[in-house]
Amino acid sequence: MSETPSANGTTPVLEARGLVKRYGHVTALDGADFELYPGEILAVIGDNGAGKSTLIKALSGALIPDEGEILVDGMPVQFRGPLDARRHGIETVYQDLALATALDISENIFLGREIRRPGIAGSLLRMLDKRRMRREANAYMQDLKIGINSMGQAVETLSGGQRQGVAVARSAAFASNVVIMDEPTAALGVKESHMVLDLIRKVRDRGLPVILISHNMPQVFEVADRVHIQRLGRRVAVIEPRNFKMSDAVAIMTGAMVGERVERN
Amino acid sequence: MSDVVRVEQPAPRLEGGLRSLIAPLSTLGPLFALLLASAYFASRTDRFLTGPNLSLVVQQSMVVGVLAIGQTLIILTAGIDLSCGAVMALGSIVMTRLAVINGVNPYLAIALGILVCVAFGALNGGLITRVQLPPFIVTLGTLNIAFAITHIYSQNQTVTNVPDSLTGFGNTFQIGQTSITYGTVLMFILYLLTWYVLRQTAVGRHVYAVGNNPEAARLSGINTSTLLLGVYTVAGLFYGIAALLLVGRTNVGDPNAGQTENLASITAVVLGGTSLFGGRGRIMGTLVGVLIVGVFRNGLQLIGVDSVYQILVTGILVILAVTVDQFARRRQQ
Repeated sequence: MSETPSANGTTPVLEARGLVKRYGHVTALDGADFELYPGEILAVIGDNGAGKSTLIKALSGALIPDEGEILVDGMPVQFRGPLDARRHGIETVYQDLALATALDISENIFLGREIRRPGIAGSLLRMLDKRRMRREANAYMQDLKIGINSMGQAVETLSGGQRQGVAVARSAAFASNVVIMDEPTAALGVKESHMVLDLIRKVRDRGLPVILISHNMPQVFEVADRVHIQRLGRRVAVIEPRNFKMSDAVAIMTGAMVGERVERN
Repeated sequence: MSDVVRVEQPAPRLEGGLRSLIAPLSTLGPLFALLLASAYFASRTDRFLTGPNLSLVVQQSMVVGVLAIGQTLIILTAGIDLSCGAVMALGSIVMTRLAVINGVNPYLAIALGILVCVAFGALNGGLITRVQLPPFIVTLGTLNIAFAITHIYSQNQTVTNVPDSLTGFGNTFQIGQTSITYGTVLMFILYLLTWYVLRQTAVGRHVYAVGNNPEAARLSGINTSTLLLGVYTVAGLFYGIAALLLVGRTNVGDPNAGQTENLASITAVVLGGTSLFGGRGRIMGTLVGVLIVGVFRNGLQLIGVDSVYQILVTGILVILAVTVDQFARRRQQ
């Protein structure tokens, strides 16, 4: 089951081999493999309990697998926490929107990565450079064409789609390797979902590969370049949406059909 | 469920309008209440709006004022501290007994008294973050522990003949006809300092973030448990300083001090518009909250009303403040 570079020799940006994670008697990951290649949107789908979120947590450093290894650009890494994953350029947009809604947009984008003023005000007095953070936050938001103008606005004054926009802008701004999005449209209406799907494409077109975890099959088939299908703690297939029907993907996901691995070309 | 429906509405205008009315209410409301109360008492008696009287109001508020700084920091993180008054009393007993009975150098005695308070703050923080116990229960426990140690250690004796070096912050200087207590100046400086840290530094913003959404803060790479431990420990430092101000104000070490100050400090924080649910509030609001209580106490006394009415009014104001906060929060969900 150990996969090395794919047919065309590209090294995956992010790779996992034989991940195992047990919770007591429950085996959430049972030798799961995973590969993400440069410049793609890879969707991860699977039934409830298939180990999707455990897999994603392992890849984003939110939990430590019991066995197996994770590689970034072909190099083995150890994630002891989300910060470690971040140091390797992996940013995650969490399902429940890890935003502090009482804080404003720019404070959220720079939360945990604040910029201080130059000179003694910053070094000795630890003073924040609020103006610069707002300016840069605005640039990130405009870059993804999220139409919000005031970065001093509290996030709680935004709509669900706009909040997701802030979360995506924040990840895209700091990710140098991978953006992971966990159910980014789960709480959104149709129109706002489309806005977020557009955002996902924009992030990819900017050169960052995206991992998209989603339950929404039409959205997955609309936006993903490849689809990783997770079942019973393992990857059972990787398909390309243009060669597969949605019903086949669902069949593989539920075990009604045996999947085959489709190499990227 | 209602969330799903709500986010589909584009740009909720009406709500923005409502919010823009309520947001200033929770920030300017306390100040408005303070000014209104002051105007009322000024109209009822000439003795209210005088330099010496206002200075007295502030002087009577300085101990709770400094305690309330620590309490504000803790409440901003969505915690609560019931132990602050008892910890302060212990600190004041430690510094006075060491200096008076054991003949320890007064400055060393002050330092040790403050250190005891810092240690209690760290104990609260440690139990909350490392053992993951709820702040209410932890501080209820340490409230009793500090109270008991105070009485055991002091043998229920009030420490008198406290040397001047311990009571310096109770001394005054003159500006015109008005004598200003050094302790009140210290209190204002501590408020300004805390305002700066909360508003202008990353740590300050992290305090809000942890109170608002601890999971978001953690996922942003903030070490939330170290931050919380730090907040409780720094709160302990403020209680230690409050202990010194208490000794300065009363000139004794009183083992029975500090028994109502925990609730008084929480009252001040709530009156100042800080949300008990964490993540929202202003340190300067707390100062206003402290002064509201002080103005009512003083004003009602001046116009000859039983001081029990001050408690009545405070109770009503607390409920009013929490109601406004609840409304503001509901709008924002």
